[in-house]
Amino acid sequence: MIERDIFWTVTVLLGIGTFLIRFSFLGLMGRRSLPPWALVHLRYVAVAVFPALITPLVLWPPATGGETDPARLMAAGAAFVVGVRFNVIGAIAAGMATLYLSQYLLG
Amino acid sequence: MSDARRRAFRRGFRDCSPFVLVVIPYSMLFGVVARDAGLAVYEVMSMSVLVIAGASQFTALALMQEHAPVVVVLLGALAVNLRMAMYSAALVPHVGGASLRQRLLMAYLMVDQTFAVSVKTFEEEPKMPLDQKVAYYFGCVMAVCPLWYVCTFAGAVLGQAIPPEFALDFAIPVCFIALVAPMMRSLPHVVAAGVSVLAAVLFGWMPYNLALVVAAALAMVAGAQTEYYLQRRAVRA
Repeated sequence: MIERDIFWTVTVLLGIGTFLIRFSFLGLMGRRSLPPWALVHLRYVAVAVFPALITPLVLWPPATGGETDPARLMAAGAAFVVGVRFNVIGAIAAGMATLYLSQYLLG
Repeated sequence: MSDARRRAFRRGFRDCSPFVLVVIPYSMLFGVVARDAGLAVYEVMSMSVLVIAGASQFTALALMQEHAPVVVVLLGALAVNLRMAMYSAALVPHVGGASLRQRLLMAYLMVDQTFAVSVKTFEEEPKMPLDQKVAYYFGCVMAVCPLWYVCTFAGAVLGQAIPPEFALDFAIPVCFIALVAPMMRSLPHVVAAGVSVLAAVLFGWMPYNLALVVAAALAMVAGAQTEYYLQRRAVRA
């Protein structure tokens, strides 16, 4: 059981803290123009965060208890290949279709 | 709303809508898990509305169930959200000029999907006017955020998540791979992604999910340095 006062303390403070993280740069630097070196680095935020975010999920999926799963590896590969050559929707469809198919074939 | 703005809003909505595949199962699952942890429906909803960040909500819930001290729960859950400071910074060049009220709202509704989809479009079309960028962003928001609340509620009330046979857990990596893969058309992006993957594995031992922030910072520098290198080489040639 979770204590009620602990729950509310955590929820309110987590809400405030998370908001402050999100607001940070957008709030403080809003209208200021950033130096060129910062702009160059910020161009790579998405491509820097998302691979690191999903790598553990692909290699050690929580759904299999962290055990590497060939079906999920193939699905990730298929999504990547289709994504590079075609588009987002195609990549999602290819990834999930590969997952279902290889789960079915591999049992 | 002007026509151009309305069009940008609709386009954002459309571009972000594939991500409902992630949002629906994930938020339902949170509703179910939080109810199982003994929270009342209004408490589950309060958390989803106040925090609106799935991974950190799951972290906080797990730590509270282990009776960790409040400080530890907060540090653990906030560390998961540190990446959003990077999102916040990356949005500045595009929508930093928006009004304070809009920026407050954009910050509250900043989730992985709205950030990823909108910044991708803003990078591809830097000439898009500010008001259309803001409209586009809120279009993305409209596609995923209301569903976050509704499906948390559905999960909490029904007590039933989408069955694991559908393997929708894997929709999360698949969707992000789908977003990142098309960026692999320039060398600096490829280098950044490679460093990101490698560093995530190498620093996986770090506590509090810090591997993510460290890997992201290294990858950002790697991407920028590759860009500088290519520029220098082009000048010499």
